[in-house]
Amino acid sequence: METLENTEELLKVFEAKIDAEIKIEPRDWMPGDYRKHLIRQISQHAHSEVIGMQPEGNWISRAPSLRSKKILLAKIQDEGGHGLYLYSAAETLGVSRDEYIQWLHAGKAKYASVFNYPALNWADIGAIGWLVDGAAITNQVSLQRTSYGPYSRAMIRICKEESFHQRQGYEIMWKMMEGTKDQQRMAQDAINRWWWPALMMFGPHDSDSPRTSNAMKWKIKRETNDRLREKFINKTIPQAELIGLKVPDPNIKVIGKDQMGENIYEHSDINWDEFWSVVNGNGPCNEQRLNHHIRAHEEGAWVRECAQAYNAKTNQ
Amino acid sequence: MEAKVKYYLEIADNAFMLSHRLSECSSKGPFLEEDLAGTNVALDLIGLAEAVYNEAANLNKQGETGDDIAYRRDEHEYRNCLLTEQPNTDFAFIMTRQFFMDVYHYYLFTELSSSSDKFLKAIAAKSLKEVTYHLRRSSEWMIRFGGGTDVSSEKAQKAINSLWKYTGELFEPSAEDLLLRETNVSADLEKVKSLWDQKISEIFYLADLKKPENEYKMLGGKKGVHSEHMGYMLADIQYLNNRYPDAKW
Repeated sequence: METLENTEELLKVFEAKIDAEIKIEPRDWMPGDYRKHLIRQISQHAHSEVIGMQPEGNWISRAPSLRSKKILLAKIQDEGGHGLYLYSAAETLGVSRDEYIQWLHAGKAKYASVFNYPALNWADIGAIGWLVDGAAITNQVSLQRTSYGPYSRAMIRICKEESFHQRQGYEIMWKMMEGTKDQQRMAQDAINRWWWPALMMFGPHDSDSPRTSNAMKWKIKRETNDRLREKFINKTIPQAELIGLKVPDPNIKVIGKDQMGENIYEHSDINWDEFWSVVNGNGPCNEQRLNHHIRAHEEGAWVRECAQAYNAKTNQ
Repeated sequence: MEAKVKYYLEIADNAFMLSHRLSECSSKGPFLEEDLAGTNVALDLIGLAEAVYNEAANLNKQGETGDDIAYRRDEHEYRNCLLTEQPNTDFAFIMTRQFFMDVYHYYLFTELSSSSDKFLKAIAAKSLKEVTYHLRRSSEWMIRFGGGTDVSSEKAQKAINSLWKYTGELFEPSAEDLLLRETNVSADLEKVKSLWDQKISEIFYLADLKKPENEYKMLGGKKGVHSEHMGYMLADIQYLNNRYPDAKW
């Protein structure tokens, strides 16, 4: 039986492991709040991968060439695969995938708000890969060093695939900018609509992010929201300029150089009212995305029941 | 040469349209693993279609690309069978359509593995490896449907009864197919049909599902006379190429 005394002892062991960069594994003792934080974060991450299949899926049937259709299909499949790794990592915390999905459907669990924006033209497929996956990688690269073993290992695999996604997204944007006037217009339209939602993906300012401090202390998060956002901005603006795209922010200006000699940029603040409005359910596609997932899940119920019944019969 | 190109298009169009139907199912699977498995099959089929379209473009020597053939023809020029364009009514329909096509592809490519045409021989051998997996998956689902619950068995039987009339077309040789048979380029569809029948009977027996008695064959696709569904599929597939004909993607 766990007593207060041995809880303190266990906490010391836990903290010593965190300090020594030893991964926490599913069977290890961990503080309740650490487990709770991971359950929330990893499942939210898994749901994001799966809901993220929808905006890109909107263009599979209209992909304009055999190559682009193959790449898009493979990419969306990767996202679903990431969802699988992450649900598996999240299940090691004692909650089943079914329960996580129920929480999602009941509105108790969230997913990345960026997927509540619509994919309106073909260049959106480029912008999602380049900006949304690009923002995700910036965050995920640091999460490879997260303190929870299964999450860290899932992130290492995911990062390998995400960097391919970002490149394919940028390739689409580059091709569009090399193309006709219409294609250039679509590409600029796509960055205009996806730039700010991509920056919002890093979450609120550190000063407004109540969970950041514990997450940093336990090394679940390794870098703060604002720091990661700056990294992304500094990396992405030159990429946009290289192919002739304008970042939709009139206040962008170079304010210095980093240690690598790369530009550091000043930029406008994010429209946080819009961010919270979308988080709270008022994005263009919140209802659509969730309803789509619920409908597919409900329509698949008889298939899952069939598989279970068949397994039960054949395993007798 | 023209006959060969047309025969190639029968193979490529079947793969392209079936792959399109499967790709429409992305993010709609009954569970995540199955969603990804469906996409895998779609990817294999689009890869097959791409290889055959590119080869058809090479043979044609009209300066067109495989993409031009895939994306810029009129509906009546597509030579896919009607079965491949049937809609994704539910998971039983999707899997039954797949099962019928997997068995067909398996024996078609087995035959074409000894074609006198080097390209067909090579692509058939490559595709056979993939189709072997597809067929294993769809056969297992048919058996699961039949042996799972009353609902799954009923849904599978309904899909079989509805799709059965489209299976006959798979084995109706086109004029080009018959012409190429003389030089051992195309596959003997009578042989493919006999093997197809045996396999269907075997899996239906294991699944306790019934072959419909109605042997009526709905034909047309191979000759370019499609179902009402086809226009909507092409409206999607060709949308960007039609709207922006000068754009390169």
